[in-house]
Amino acid sequence: MNMYRAHVLVCGGTGCTSSGSAKIQEEFTKEIQKKGLENEVKVVQTGCFGLCALGPIVIVYPEGAFYSMVKPEDVAEIVEEHLLKGRIVQRLLYEETIHQDDEIKSLNEVDFYKKQMRLALRNCGVINPENIEEYIALDGYQALGKAVTEMKPEEVIAVVKDSGLRGRGGAGFPTGLKWQFTAQAQGDQKYVCCNADEGDPGAFMDRSILEGDPHAVIEAMAIAAYAVGADKGFVYIRAEYPIAVKRLQIAIDQAKEYGLLGDHIFDSDFSFDLEIRLGAGAFVCGEETALMNSIEGMRGEPRPRPPFPAVKGLFGKPTLLNNVETYANIPLIIRNGAEWFGKIGTEKSKGTKVFALGGKINNTGLVEIPMGTTLREIVEEIGGGIPNGKKFKAAQTGGPSGGCIPASLIDTPIDYDSLIQIGSMMGSGGLIVMDEDTCMVDIAKFFLEFTVDESCGKCAPCRIGTKRMLEILEKITHGQGTMEDLDKLQELATTIKNSALCGLGQTAPNPVLSTLHYFRDEYIAHVVDKKCPAGVCKALTAFEIDPDKCRRCSICAKQCPVSAISGDKQTPYHIDKTKCIKCGVCAEKCPFKAIEKK
Amino acid sequence: MKSLAELQEIRNKVLGQVNLRKEREDGIRVVVGMATCGIAAGARPVLNAFLSEIGKRELKDVMVTQTGCIGMCRLEPIVEIYMPGEEKVTYVKMTEDKVARVVAEHIVNKQPVVEYTIGAVKD
Repeated sequence: MNMYRAHVLVCGGTGCTSSGSAKIQEEFTKEIQKKGLENEVKVVQTGCFGLCALGPIVIVYPEGAFYSMVKPEDVAEIVEEHLLKGRIVQRLLYEETIHQDDEIKSLNEVDFYKKQMRLALRNCGVINPENIEEYIALDGYQALGKAVTEMKPEEVIAVVKDSGLRGRGGAGFPTGLKWQFTAQAQGDQKYVCCNADEGDPGAFMDRSILEGDPHAVIEAMAIAAYAVGADKGFVYIRAEYPIAVKRLQIAIDQAKEYGLLGDHIFDSDFSFDLEIRLGAGAFVCGEETALMNSIEGMRGEPRPRPPFPAVKGLFGKPTLLNNVETYANIPLIIRNGAEWFGKIGTEKSKGTKVFALGGKINNTGLVEIPMGTTLREIVEEIGGGIPNGKKFKAAQTGGPSGGCIPASLIDTPIDYDSLIQIGSMMGSGGLIVMDEDTCMVDIAKFFLEFTVDESCGKCAPCRIGTKRMLEILEKITHGQGTMEDLDKLQELATTIKNSALCGLGQTAPNPVLSTLHYFRDEYIAHVVDKKCPAGVCKALTAFEIDPDKCRRCSICAKQCPVSAISGDKQTPYHIDKTKCIKCGVCAEKCPFKAIEKK
Repeated sequence: MKSLAELQEIRNKVLGQVNLRKEREDGIRVVVGMATCGIAAGARPVLNAFLSEIGKRELKDVMVTQTGCIGMCRLEPIVEIYMPGEEKVTYVKMTEDKVARVVAEHIVNKQPVVEYTIGAVKD
């Protein structure tokens, strides 16, 4: 075996890839060869480290040096200084990791990682996702081996049930129960499916798991198949996730090659085959019945439930359907036992949850926290607070199906039941942070635009109802809303919630309901005062020049793209509101801050 | 895959490589002086010999790193070995041939090879 003295881990997650990490990896390989170090130093492409805001990220072991925002030009220096001479390149280190005495802190001591607990993401950023042996080295496929050779299917289900694991796709249904229903269902053929159709705007948890640790999902699906008595599985993933699709396919091929998929796994009677099915990226296909329709080659439209998939699912057969992150937890639970898992999290929400942290937050990225961590800890400690010293206004969880949590509830512990109680939901894990410059009516409108776009059109409440709601919101943001409109919104929202066919429609009104509840004054400001307090809704804002502050320099008039500003040396400059398009360039360029948004 | 034992075999084979990426404080560190003086005196073949010897024995929790000039250039190549809870041991004028013995006696059997250490050098 060739032993390497140093490993250079280059993040190959989506975030870092889009900021050029592939080029950086190439440079490392080239520079290392140039110095003749290729037998001593190994370059490894990994999954997401989580701190996407600082990408591209490179970590060099054994020192654990965390280089952030690395550029291709920096690579030669890292190779020459760090890898050849053993001197860490301080200027490229993530500042948080440097001790006062210039020593490197362990990553677990850094604020971003300190409160995290990476279970589902355990291998992301540690192993090369395209190498099955690295997964095996970190105890991969042990759980499958244990389940198949030492446990009865009922025992496997009992462990999952006892662990208290709940579905990570958002609804939080007890996973073990789902397994039990599918196992008990009558049928000559059963299927196991994985829902990787992550569609919430801003969410990238499942994608990152598949990109960083695809074998964890494969292993878990095989365990599930053994437990429920299936021999065939499908991963339904959107074609918009090319890196995840590619790495998953490589992983499936390798698992087959190693006999971890296929016939007589671990020399038993258990056989399992796994296939990828690509989706075209419709949000509704994340709904379980629509997803199964799509796999069968039909239109991605939901079916009425019951019958539930556990009874009559894919091709009319009993089918187990879990989300990517749910699966990623399974091997750990089988390996370490239900009791171990039960110690993590809160009483009714066990384990951890991965969140894609986005919006107005310093440390944009992927975080995994034990259930029960408060929103404050996520925003202020892990997330590093709000940029530019702005104030925290609200956080949105659950994407288009969820709601907004106002600043007054920032100490809410994050778990399934607490979030439902305050009118939001866990959702699949999108967490968007908003500051004082965000208009809550505009946010509600944004999510509704998304659901109107993504509604499949099968049932009237969702097809027509959400459209009517959007029209009312547009009216309000244009300053033409009335107080009756607010009542109508509320009524429509409640009706759609109660009557839509599937989860998409039933949850679509949530962003409106929760903003109406917590930020009603902001709606009223739009309707009664015809003002947008955050200054976002263009129809309700106006730019004005303060004649006392104006020094008549004419810069604003020259910058205005529609020539709406007039004035000269004698007369103060003035904005013609009929011409103004409210682009804000004048206010930005005015050297005397004489132009105000009102 | 036929059995858990087979899986374990693959695991053990690769663990030594992946283990390097774990966050940890314990474990044995072999530090090779790799400044200009060290390299000129032949530190690189020594370092490589350590790597291949450790690899051959499939030792876990041993890391090999390099450092700059320790200041005694005339004694290069210098290798320092840090064992958890023990004083560091400094080997001087190392050669490829000496490495196997240091690995076997010091790293595996915890008995420093006194005759190669700095204390044994006669001025």
